[in-house]
Amino acid sequence: MSDEFDKKIEAKADTIVDAGSVPSGSVPGIDYVPAHERPDQELYHSHSWWTTYVFSQDAKYIGIQYAITAIGTGLIGLVLSWMMRLQLAFPGLGILEPSAYYQFITMHGMIMVIYLLTALFLGGFGNLLIPLMCGARDMAFPYLNMVSYWEFLLAVLILLSSFFVPGGPTGAGWTLYPPQAITSGTPGSSAGIVLMLISLCVFVAGFTMGGLNYIITMLQSRARGMTLMRLPLTCWGIFTATVLALLAFPALLVGCIMMTLDSLLGTSFFMPAMISMGEKLSYDGGSPLLFQHLFWFFGHPEVYIIALPAFGIISDLISVHARKNIFGYRMMVWAIVGIGALSFFVWAHHMYVSGMTPWFGYFFATTTLIIAVPTAIKVYNWVLTLWRGNIQLTLPMLFALAFIVTFVNGGLTGIFLGNVTVDVPLSDTYFVVAHFHMVMGIAPILVVFGAIYHWFPLITGRMLHEGIGRIHFWVTFLGSYAIYFPMHYQGFVGVPRRYFEIYDSPYITTSTLHLNVFITIAALIVGAAQLLFLFNLIYSARAGKKAEKNPWKANSLEWLTPEMPPGHGNFGKELPVVYRWAYDFNVPGADKDYIPQTVPPSEVRSAKVEKT
Amino acid sequence: MDQAALKKLPRGWKSIPSDLNSDQTAFKGVNWGKAMMWIFLLSDTFIFSCFLLSYMTGRGSTVLPWPNPSKVFALDFMGVPVPLLLIAIMTFVLITSSGTMAMAVKYGYEKNRKLCGTFLLLTAIGGLTFVGMQAFEWSKLIFHEGVRPWSNPYGAPQFGSFFFMITGFHGTHVSIGVIFLFIFSRKVFKGDFDSGRKGYFTSMKSDYVAIEILGLYWHFVDLVWVFIFAFFYLW
Ligand code: HEM
Ligand SMILES: [Cu+2]
Repeated sequence: MSDEFDKKIEAKADTIVDAGSVPSGSVPGIDYVPAHERPDQELYHSHSWWTTYVFSQDAKYIGIQYAITAIGTGLIGLVLSWMMRLQLAFPGLGILEPSAYYQFITMHGMIMVIYLLTALFLGGFGNLLIPLMCGARDMAFPYLNMVSYWEFLLAVLILLSSFFVPGGPTGAGWTLYPPQAITSGTPGSSAGIVLMLISLCVFVAGFTMGGLNYIITMLQSRARGMTLMRLPLTCWGIFTATVLALLAFPALLVGCIMMTLDSLLGTSFFMPAMISMGEKLSYDGGSPLLFQHLFWFFGHPEVYIIALPAFGIISDLISVHARKNIFGYRMMVWAIVGIGALSFFVWAHHMYVSGMTPWFGYFFATTTLIIAVPTAIKVYNWVLTLWRGNIQLTLPMLFALAFIVTFVNGGLTGIFLGNVTVDVPLSDTYFVVAHFHMVMGIAPILVVFGAIYHWFPLITGRMLHEGIGRIHFWVTFLGSYAIYFPMHYQGFVGVPRRYFEIYDSPYITTSTLHLNVFITIAALIVGAAQLLFLFNLIYSARAGKKAEKNPWKANSLEWLTPEMPPGHGNFGKELPVVYRWAYDFNVPGADKDYIPQTVPPSEVRSAKVEKT
Repeated sequence: MDQAALKKLPRGWKSIPSDLNSDQTAFKGVNWGKAMMWIFLLSDTFIFSCFLLSYMTGRGSTVLPWPNPSKVFALDFMGVPVPLLLIAIMTFVLITSSGTMAMAVKYGYEKNRKLCGTFLLLTAIGGLTFVGMQAFEWSKLIFHEGVRPWSNPYGAPQFGSFFFMITGFHGTHVSIGVIFLFIFSRKVFKGDFDSGRKGYFTSMKSDYVAIEILGLYWHFVDLVWVFIFAFFYLW
């Protein structure tokens, strides 16, 4: 250890308010940590099977409940996408009615964005990882946390129940634009849309309860020595996404309430005077644009609600599996926070062709391109983290690399779409479909897989099967490109989005039709690979290879619990004490290639660690 | 964190970087529930802002004339229509209840059970009066003046839509607050906050800080009312 560092510690030791209890095994004067600020959290102890596994108040169980529900709902979204793809490839067979196609698009889009990815990243990984990574016994408000999950489940059930009501689920597209969403002629314009809106309101309410938990736990319930700037980037990603959600969901909630009233009470918030089927409707004087503003004020931050946790998780995966500290940690944190803040000022880039004043468009094009700066910084930092790292091509690492490539790809097409003049001809074509699937569909899903392969041993104590995992990776990665690359081309030749069949026509090249068959076959294969993954999950949870403790040799606290999987209260008798950030890999002078966060400086005197 | 340790921390602007750079907690000595309530209120502010901004755009973009609030909301007093009379009383009651709430918090921290509970009860009664008067106003609009969420005799149908939706949403907030005020005053009288009795499902100990947290919510609901008042009745 350098002299400077000694001095710094001494200087810090002067500011000790009171010495507090010195953790066992630490050397006074060198291993300084501030004293306890608050008494240990008192937990709810379950007494029965029901309160342990079903109505659990333990964040780890709640996280798993969230994850299973979200993935189960996501599978429905996946099946819907197969049906759509089959219809697009073989329009002659009449697999889907036009109305069913719309309904499937809508449900697929909403399920994937909200009920799968948002719930999985925040509810699933947030619950599982935040208390563990912060060194807390549990979330700050376990009861509220439990209610949050049950509301989420309720929201899912309401959503799915719309398949069984007269008229079926709504077919308005996941953007739910009025007036068509609640005008007859759109599938599910009476019962389906109302159930969708109610389900979203319930989701928002439930999410708020969970979200407050994530924020307070990270801000107010960290371990001794755990400063904000020592937290793994996963925490930062989920935290910022939660803040975005708490500020963006209100717009969705308000939009949903107003549209429900339009539909049930006949108010005219969003409904202009209209003639439908030769009859003048009773609506008068509402503004459809208002809904678009409300929706996208939520909708754009929503993209980052999904992306920021993915950014955070991927940073950790890359660092652990390349055995190298994350390049520019502070820059990464500021980029996450900056992207989060900027994401509230770009929403109308989804509305270039909506009829809003074009001058607005140029303002939003500018802000959109500004967001590219912190985003690019993050990509550079990932690449620089890999540079000269000791890259282990483990499954999480493969998915992390695939994520970077896919995210860059989607990001580049985003720059096209962010510019008004380029967007106008491209909007509502398959280019858009390709873009958003790359950037907010495939890329985050790859992170989800990487994260599951990484943290599966923490949850079950067993490793996922490596061979099956590799097949899963290559089929998913290459298959996604087989699906979405051709769609960019289809977009350029003008194939419109949300059309249930594309016939041979003078406007559309024949190659499009062949491509549609190709894409569908790829989609079916990719889908089948996910079944393989599910099999792997179930099989490995029961009979997988037993994982040793801290199998990836990571530094962050979730791996440093006394038992693995962590027990009730996470950390046994004494909470951990933290001396460093989570990224001390391959530190010059250290005898091992990683220094866990709880190792005091006195034990690694010769290591030239970064000051954190 | 004990008070002595808290006192030694930097004050003013310097406290911000110092607290954010520190370990364990970002808001030193702040109870979890209190921090949570502040963040919830921030989120709730966004909800009400979205409602009010929608109201402004809705009012701006409708083609029919907007009804004159000082006529619609006038109350007959001895045969003379007095504009804003009922609203003035409602607003006065609600703001007064904020005062009694503040007293309840003060006596709560002084562990003065009787006064604390009494003031909580007074606050609850204030809130109940407010909701009652709002119900009266709604029924007057609906049954006597024929205002409906989807139409009204005066002009733009959006008038009734926004009015019922936003005051309804606010009234729901007040009602929820009233329910909690009653529950808490009962708990105070029973002495739960002194004994630190644990919640039934949660393992949280009851603490007088809960009254301050409820107070935050209550003051927020009052503050929102001031905006609703200004935008609906004075514009
Ligand atoms: C292999 C997996 C997937 C396949 C084969 C697939 C396929 C499709 C298809 C065929 C459409 C309709 C395109 C149209 O006609 O306009 C669509 C729309 C959509 N998908 Fe996917 N998708 C997949 C995964 C995802 C994921 C992971 C997300 C998560 C963000 C997602 C989000 C959406 C959204 C938001 C829409 C737009 C819905 C709308 O237009 O209202 N998809 N997808
Ligand atoms: Cu956007």
